Amino acid sequence: MATAAVTGPIQSRPKKLVKFWRDGDQIAHLVTLIFAASVFLVTVFLVYELWIHSGPSRAKFGFSFLTGKTWDPVAEQFGALPFIYGTVLTSLLALLISVPLGVGAAIFLAELAPPKLSNVCTFLVELLAAVPSVILGLLAIFTLVPMLRQYGEPFLKRTLGFLPLFQGPAYGVGYLAAGLILAIMTFPFIISISREALLAVPREQREAALALGATKWESTWKVVVPYARLGILGSIFLALARALGETMAVTMVIGNDTGIHTSLLSPGYTIAAIIANEFTEATSDVYLSALVELGLVLFALTMVLNAVAQLLIAATTGKGSTQA
Amino acid sequence: MRTQALWIALVTAAGTMAASAETINAAGATFPAPIYQKWFENFHKAHPDIQINYQAIGSGGGIRQLTEGTVDFGASDMPMTDDQMSKVTKFKVLHFPTVLGGIVPTYNVQGATSLNFSGATLAGIYLGNIKKWNDPALKKDNPSVNLPNEDITVVHRSDGSGTSFVFTDYLTKVSPEWKKVGANTSVNWPVGLGGKGNEGVAGLVKQTPFSIGYVELLYAVQNKMEYGSLKNAAGNFIKADFNTVSEAAAGAANDMPADFRVSITNAPGKNAYPISTFTWLLIPDKIGDATKKKSITDFLQWMLTTAQADAQGLSYAPLPKSIVAKEQKQLALIK
Repeated sequence: MATAAVTGPIQSRPKKLVKFWRDGDQIAHLVTLIFAASVFLVTVFLVYELWIHSGPSRAKFGFSFLTGKTWDPVAEQFGALPFIYGTVLTSLLALLISVPLGVGAAIFLAELAPPKLSNVCTFLVELLAAVPSVILGLLAIFTLVPMLRQYGEPFLKRTLGFLPLFQGPAYGVGYLAAGLILAIMTFPFIISISREALLAVPREQREAALALGATKWESTWKVVVPYARLGILGSIFLALARALGETMAVTMVIGNDTGIHTSLLSPGYTIAAIIANEFTEATSDVYLSALVELGLVLFALTMVLNAVAQLLIAATTGKGSTQA
Repeated sequence: MRTQALWIALVTAAGTMAASAETINAAGATFPAPIYQKWFENFHKAHPDIQINYQAIGSGGGIRQLTEGTVDFGASDMPMTDDQMSKVTKFKVLHFPTVLGGIVPTYNVQGATSLNFSGATLAGIYLGNIKKWNDPALKKDNPSVNLPNEDITVVHRSDGSGTSFVFTDYLTKVSPEWKKVGANTSVNWPVGLGGKGNEGVAGLVKQTPFSIGYVELLYAVQNKMEYGSLKNAAGNFIKADFNTVSEAAAGAANDMPADFRVSITNAPGKNAYPISTFTWLLIPDKIGDATKKKSITDFLQWMLTTAQADAQGLSYAPLPKSIVAKEQKQLALIK
């Protein structure tokens, strides 16, 4: 800018420039535009790199990569299905546990709990959200997995063993353990963000409901929660994104088996886990590019699930507004 | 005035740094990383003008970086394949064995302290054909042990590793059926749970009753773990230690190929431990920079002689003398 001012041939140029500088809006516009564009560029660059480096694998397997069930580094036969299945299954399992738990806790903390208790709990929740995943993984190996093997899984087999979901030997490690550890990792996010969303609901909404004769719970459940619905859904999708990409803790407890199993007690695998496990020692080109292609698949999977989530939001928002 | 002084100080510092240390970059295997770090540190103390940086990024990474020419030399737990060698165009890769390691079976069976395994039995367990601890094949190898009628839980490494390569390489040699699975840093395991790293496998075995896994000898020794004996090619049950592992290298020395690209699993020799392996440094045979060439050959010479004494302290088996002599001849090939 300075050089432009010095070399500018027209007299009025510096004045214009001064005006431009004072007019902060334009600069702010430009700077934030660059920042926003960088997000876009990084994403594009990421996809480009994944696309290029997965070339040999895409050429060899084509779309059968997505449906292939074998992962054999010796024969160089690679298929992504067991990993896609494991990733989706463990993430959904995690949400199944963490959503009711997290939303329920958020409602209590925002609406019902005395402020002191709420503050202490919120602090603890944020502390929990900051625990590194490897620590949770260690915790899972030393406590969660043995407990599941000795008590949890035998109990499930006794009571629900007639379902194909709860059959087979109780190893402790497996889809169930991974789902549980993911639930523990994601529910602080749900609590934290949902609570903020609930607190942001205007006072008048509650007062109006109470004035119409609603009980405290009715006003919470029928007025406050629907009002904060977008924020709560947002927290769930953030949790889903974290669950899909989580690597370390999952690798430590999922059992790392490349089969596809119905039983939640069986060992399985996720996309992030196999990339972390096998990337360092992958020597052949096809092997390496198959791992990169798995990264691409994970990226696409996250996009698809996010799109589904957006559609879900749009659908429920439409319905909500007609009700209101 | 002050800025000027600062500049002079900076420039001098940079100058002395450039003059004082020649930096050599290396990358590769994680299994020998502890002893390599120690060697490079000791070598730097003895030769303050040479600094060798080693990044333990895995054997695969070491081979890739050497192929791309981003490091001066690499390190690997398995010899490079012909296919990999053919991709290196600017020079030929020389393999220098540095130390030896062993892989041991470890298990969690109450009342059974020291178990014997023959190769075929171990392969049967890992194939999922032998499902119970009181299988006749296991009973035959352990006549005095009261083996329980319980299912075997198989544990293997989930991360790609030289350990898995050596283990599956051994199984390929002793079991025709395992050949279909093959040998690699990761394979398509027919059965079992995957644990990440030696500690992951050891943890799963320790926690899971009636399980079996495999870990590096040095990990088992450092953690005082119980491990089994294996039947070697001569038909004796051998428990792994530094002597029996070195013995395997000595047994293989007679038909050692000139380029040292050899697997010493199931090696001949009365006391040879069958799941033993070399770990290699991968050195280019053409090093353009004369000082760098001298530094690297000096290091190799020192590593093959004086530095071998460091091996046992860090739980690696030292190279037998017959191998050292052959490697010293190979040093002359570095141009």
